[in-house]
Amino acid sequence: MARSADLQIEHLLRRAGFGARPDELENYRAMSLVQAVDTLVNYTLVPDTVDGHIGKPGYVGITSNGPFSPQSNIADARQRWLFRMVHSDRPLQEKMTLFWHNHFATGYNKIAGALGAPEATRYMAAKASEDPGHVRGQIEMLRDNALANFRDILLNIATDTAMLVWLDGRDNKKAKPQENFAREIMELFTMGVGHYTEPDVYAGARVFSGWNLQGAGAVNATARHQEFYYNPDQHETTAKTFSFPIYGDGSRTIPARAASQGMQDGIDLINALAGSRNTARYLAAKLYRFFVSELGDPDPAFVNHIATVYLQSRYDMKTVMREVLLSTQFLDSRAYFARYSWPVEFVVRALKDVGWTGFSLNSAVAAMGNMGQILFEPPDVAGWDAGQTWFSTGAMLARMNFAATLAANQRFNLAKSVKGYAQTPEALLSHLLGSLATPTLDNAVVAELANYVRATGAWTGSDAQLQAKSAGLVHLIAGSPEYQFV
Amino acid sequence: MKVTRRTFVRGGVAAFTVTFAAPDFLCDLARAQGAHTRNLVVLYLGGGNDSLSMLVPYNDPSYYSRRPTIAVPAGRVLQIGSDSSRVALGLHPRLTDLKAIFDQGRLALVQRTGYNNQSRSHFQGTDIWSTADPNNSQGLGWLGRYLDSVPPPVNALVGWNTTGSMPHVLQAATIGVPAIADVRAYAFASPNVGNEAAVEKAAAVRICSHVPVDRPALAFVYGSSQGAFETLDRVAAVANYAPSVVYPNTGLGQALRAVAGGMAKAIGTKVFYVTTGGFDTHSAQNVNLINGSYYNLMATLNDALGAFYNDLKNQGLLDDTMLVTFSEFGRRISENGSAGTDHGAASVMMVMGGRVNGGLYGTAPVLNTDPANPTLENNAGDVHYETDFRSVYARVVDGWLGADSKSILGGDFRKATLTFI
Repeated sequence: MARSADLQIEHLLRRAGFGARPDELENYRAMSLVQAVDTLVNYTLVPDTVDGHIGKPGYVGITSNGPFSPQSNIADARQRWLFRMVHSDRPLQEKMTLFWHNHFATGYNKIAGALGAPEATRYMAAKASEDPGHVRGQIEMLRDNALANFRDILLNIATDTAMLVWLDGRDNKKAKPQENFAREIMELFTMGVGHYTEPDVYAGARVFSGWNLQGAGAVNATARHQEFYYNPDQHETTAKTFSFPIYGDGSRTIPARAASQGMQDGIDLINALAGSRNTARYLAAKLYRFFVSELGDPDPAFVNHIATVYLQSRYDMKTVMREVLLSTQFLDSRAYFARYSWPVEFVVRALKDVGWTGFSLNSAVAAMGNMGQILFEPPDVAGWDAGQTWFSTGAMLARMNFAATLAANQRFNLAKSVKGYAQTPEALLSHLLGSLATPTLDNAVVAELANYVRATGAWTGSDAQLQAKSAGLVHLIAGSPEYQFV
Repeated sequence: MKVTRRTFVRGGVAAFTVTFAAPDFLCDLARAQGAHTRNLVVLYLGGGNDSLSMLVPYNDPSYYSRRPTIAVPAGRVLQIGSDSSRVALGLHPRLTDLKAIFDQGRLALVQRTGYNNQSRSHFQGTDIWSTADPNNSQGLGWLGRYLDSVPPPVNALVGWNTTGSMPHVLQAATIGVPAIADVRAYAFASPNVGNEAAVEKAAAVRICSHVPVDRPALAFVYGSSQGAFETLDRVAAVANYAPSVVYPNTGLGQALRAVAGGMAKAIGTKVFYVTTGGFDTHSAQNVNLINGSYYNLMATLNDALGAFYNDLKNQGLLDDTMLVTFSEFGRRISENGSAGTDHGAASVMMVMGGRVNGGLYGTAPVLNTDPANPTLENNAGDVHYETDFRSVYARVVDGWLGADSKSILGGDFRKATLTFI
């Protein structure tokens, strides 16, 4: 197959996934572009078996303080998610889950402060199948809905236990309604700043009054948990008027309703927000920056087109994402390496490119903290500040140092895998540059890398030399500015 | 010849002498330019500080009627006297160290700082405070613009960001501010040892000194790598700093410990950026309860600033230091149904340092719910600003940093009554 087609598939897998393991790349290389995109978006046709491989030989390792408990220990939950990113055969599902985690950014610490660490982990990350009360944590909900209907995702998030703690919805009482969730659902989750007014926030707070939490399951049993309930006694029942249309006829007022019927207020508002052209454009621009390019402003033609697809498909994210990945803007070679990788993208791609056997994800979790990204702990409800913001000096050092840690850990595996390329320093360099894809390296940079391989003694291609030089090169390439782009 | 901002500032005192006739201002400027080690520490209180719980108008009956569960009882505040409108004020009871600093005349509290039509959005609000531009909050940070104006050769550590990421306020056109969240982790690792590691590090340094042409995004990341290599050794020296006091083991305490270390090791930093979060107290604010959420915020603030102040005093660095706080907004006057407060408007800024003229600046809001109450806005729901926050910045820029606030802030925001420096 032509190299340009390979470049396109590699680009697709860096964006719609976290780069490609050698087996993934072989698999996707055999497909046409459209087949590859369809395989990615129709991931439900691929069995979801990844969690069953955790702890098995041949996969990246995890290190747990006691039995592996991702449903109650946040450090384990982080490792499980990273494990999925490395090994899932549904890469787009994991990538979209990350997109939604950043979009509905919810922080573990506040929830742990309110409910304790094990409960907070449960509401963030438990799988229903492993929880005695069948609690489905927020990340599992987002993963299950990764390419679902956006309106359904909004309704799920508005009734999500972790979100009801995070943005204080559990305390939204009719006497003095709580504005936190109402503001953020308009500002950050749907339309964006500038498309709503302060009185809209106050009206929204009244709409969601009574969207609270209650205990469920037998008291003192492990199944006991907090879950959403609509509390009619705490719902403010008068009419609520907005500055934007709520109903299809253009009406801006949610009518006064009996308390028993008041939950419909919130559903009406969510329907209106999901159907807003402002929401469509806000999401389209965000998808552009996450999937297409961060160099320059989102292309207006892309935003218009994707916003239209969103509205015409009635907010179906699978249809939207298929269109994103087949858009001319996405496929343009100028979009290759046009994004600043997030720490999680950098770490997972490096593992896929360099190797993982014998490496524990626990050390990746710690390193990612120094790079500025802790999963389940976005800095605030706006999510992470992406783009150049990731590249402070300290964070760049942390990336270089992660590359060093990984290279040191993989030196024996590397020396084995480069055995066929040991004839000359140039052969080794060119092999490793092929494994760790970057935007074009300037000649001066390639020359420095070659000088490094030649330094410290004559080339023999011995095991000891291959261990030192392949680890050193992996460190220099993965720690290079170029490799930070995806 | 067109006078650019940089050449204008480089002109320094001489340029001002012929341009302005404001003696105080010139005096300040001359003093600021004479000092070579002045530091500015900017502390961001993330989330929107409820300044009515920090600086309490304890004789205002509306304060108590509008905050039935979260008001600080009059008998518990740390009284600090009355402002020029004769409103009696007291600090939160946990701010004992700040009270002592206030009593020493080294803490200024600037009341009702904000701007017109204040954004209640965390993100837009933070952008506005960071850029000092309520009309276009997407540009460079005001501290970044100051750093851009520092004449070359510019020290790679001219700014020091103690957080892991790059805050908007430090975004500059030409200066990359290093982010050094943990001085001990700020080191270069290698998968090899001995000579092999040294050769490898040398290759990394040489690669980073390369400048990619016509690839600005890549060049930016190159700049970060370069900045890391240029600062590694001096930061390692800061890691060895032995403070004269024990700093609290909080993020803020440890960040200020590093800042004091940077000053003591004379690494040449002019602007330090520090932050502490958790001020978005929508529910269970627990102002009065030991270990309650706002109570803990005050404890963190007080203990860290107290340690920092005393350490600098012991090290003889206090006169070279000014610390300024900001937060994206104050909070709603009336408490909500969750015993918390929602997003509001104007707030209080603090300025602390060895040369600060301490005291109460500006006037407190009157909290009655009369819609015509001029100290409030939003139907008497929120505190209305009295001092434009940019006037505080202007005083800091002119009187402490010795730069020109009109060019840094893009307008004349000087306010004669702000004499805290």
